[in-house]
Amino acid sequence: MSALVKQQELETALTPLGAEMVGALGVQAQVAFGELTLIAERDSILDVLSALRDRFGFQQLLDIAGVDFPDREERFEVVYHLLSLTRNARIRVKVTTDEVKPVPSAVSVFPCADWFEREAFDMYGMLFSGHPDLRRLLTDYGFQGHPLRKDFPMTGYVEVRYDEEQKRVVYEPVKLTQEFRNFDFLSPWEGAEYPAPVLPGDEKVKG
Amino acid sequence: MAEASSIPAPLGATDVFDDLPHDGRTEHARAMDDRKFTINFGPQHPAAHGVLRLVLELDGELVTRVDPHIGLLHRGTEKLMEARTYLQNVPYLDRLDYVAPMNQEHAFCLAIEKLLGVEVPYRAQLIRVLYSEIGRILSHLLNVTTQAMDVGALTPPLWGFEEREKLMVFYERACGARLHANYFRPGGVHQDLPSDLIDDIGRWCQTFPAALKDIESLVTENRIFKQRNVDIGVVSKQEALDWGFTGVMLRGSDIPWDLRKSQPYECYADLEFDIAVGKNGDCWDRYLCRIEEMKQSIRIMEQCIHKLRNCPGEPVMIEDNKIAPPRRGEMKRSMEALIHHFKLYTEGFRTPEGEVYASVEAPKGEFGIYLVSDGTNKPYRVKISAPGFRSLQAMDWMNRGHMLADVSAILGSLDIVFGEVDR
Repeated sequence: MSALVKQQELETALTPLGAEMVGALGVQAQVAFGELTLIAERDSILDVLSALRDRFGFQQLLDIAGVDFPDREERFEVVYHLLSLTRNARIRVKVTTDEVKPVPSAVSVFPCADWFEREAFDMYGMLFSGHPDLRRLLTDYGFQGHPLRKDFPMTGYVEVRYDEEQKRVVYEPVKLTQEFRNFDFLSPWEGAEYPAPVLPGDEKVKG
Repeated sequence: MAEASSIPAPLGATDVFDDLPHDGRTEHARAMDDRKFTINFGPQHPAAHGVLRLVLELDGELVTRVDPHIGLLHRGTEKLMEARTYLQNVPYLDRLDYVAPMNQEHAFCLAIEKLLGVEVPYRAQLIRVLYSEIGRILSHLLNVTTQAMDVGALTPPLWGFEEREKLMVFYERACGARLHANYFRPGGVHQDLPSDLIDDIGRWCQTFPAALKDIESLVTENRIFKQRNVDIGVVSKQEALDWGFTGVMLRGSDIPWDLRKSQPYECYADLEFDIAVGKNGDCWDRYLCRIEEMKQSIRIMEQCIHKLRNCPGEPVMIEDNKIAPPRRGEMKRSMEALIHHFKLYTEGFRTPEGEVYASVEAPKGEFGIYLVSDGTNKPYRVKISAPGFRSLQAMDWMNRGHMLADVSAILGSLDIVFGEVDR
């Protein structure tokens, strides 16, 4: 069975399920690439998640991902990935937020949300209200900033080294021996449109 | 080490507490206060499986709280991937779970292929499955034997590493690198396997069960190993679901769930194999699951080898040169191929706008890639969903009430590799 056929089959199976959820949970549903996405309201996310777990049989929360869209009014998306072992299906639930509006913490519904939310807080600075222990998770002790935001430079702001004189690790501003070069290779892949616009000199050929 | 207070006063030495306000407790109860202390386990501990710092709160030898501090190996992979083209990103996946590199590449390639709507040629699927199973054995051999080492056995790792070394050579012969393979590419695999390599893998599949039996004879029914692992770190079915466990952590608790069976990707649907489940969800069951999975992997590999021998010379990469590079020889002769090659290795290919989640049954559990594309040649966002990360956060409740010595046994059975936990 080819990948596309499989994808279409999944989509036909997921569309009615999505429609059912739209009716039951007050969310929007999209089906794309053989995957079902629900777009929920931030304040009702806990109801949606617990209804998905209890009524629709999505027993597992596998991941919470943050995504940053700086141009949007509410710049962050919080993306929950759920898996149902009984339905053999996956679902994605999205809510939006920004730097100050907290998202209700899912720890009470899925205990494993603990570290996922700590990571999202660490990387994006999203806030989760009701989280028992919202500390940084992956970055250094005393780290400042939220590295996965699009406005955070890839090189960061500080670098560390062991200072032989002070006998300790010291933090210094990043010094790059060569500036980080991010080439923009984006160009029209297919080349010029045909018939091509007349280039200077072309008229001589027709003569 | 820690805030361990002074040496406990001998019972009956009342003068130690004379200056404290009287709270109605006996001297003995006060002396017991000194049993509570906090210690650091790692980050430089041989049983920490890398750079894990556990802050353990102990009551005597009983663990009352575990606070894992991770991130000491955080390299910002997800940030780096946002600044590179899809093809340049594949090697980053090798550096996550570095004991089974190709399984990670697999998930990333599947995500890209899902976005592009590309179907991989059958021979490439077979090679991918073959090498994913080699990766599974690589990972399980490391885990099973170091789990034994964590509870005191020194020989199993030596025996296991001998077999791992042979598998590393198979990696090297396929792609030139023992660890950082960069072998699975969007659209297939980079090179076809030489026929003598397929024969050698086939021969290894015949010799490995005997080697595995040797390791099992050392470990499985070993009295010390069982004393340290049976009924330790028990995970119930409900807990396994609630904590997002996948892979062996889930199957060890008697939940028969394997993505290779339930959501088959590549050619897993055509292959015969069984899923091993544990009964009690303790460390020993998880060990047994891993041993059985290695045997099943051998079955899968043998079927792949048989099928590979039946389709020599078939393509291992899709023909579309907008995604897959042209062959080297072709590039020397055809202008079109040269242009394609140049464009692919500078601009790279573009993916349609959208978001996908692709996952594989990696040795440690479900390894997922959430890929958001904005239609350019670089991913807008890659979220790596690592099985070790989900397992490790269970350290706290799994260890509570266990003895200090059980911490390393439980940690060993979680199968943690810090490359993927910290990313």
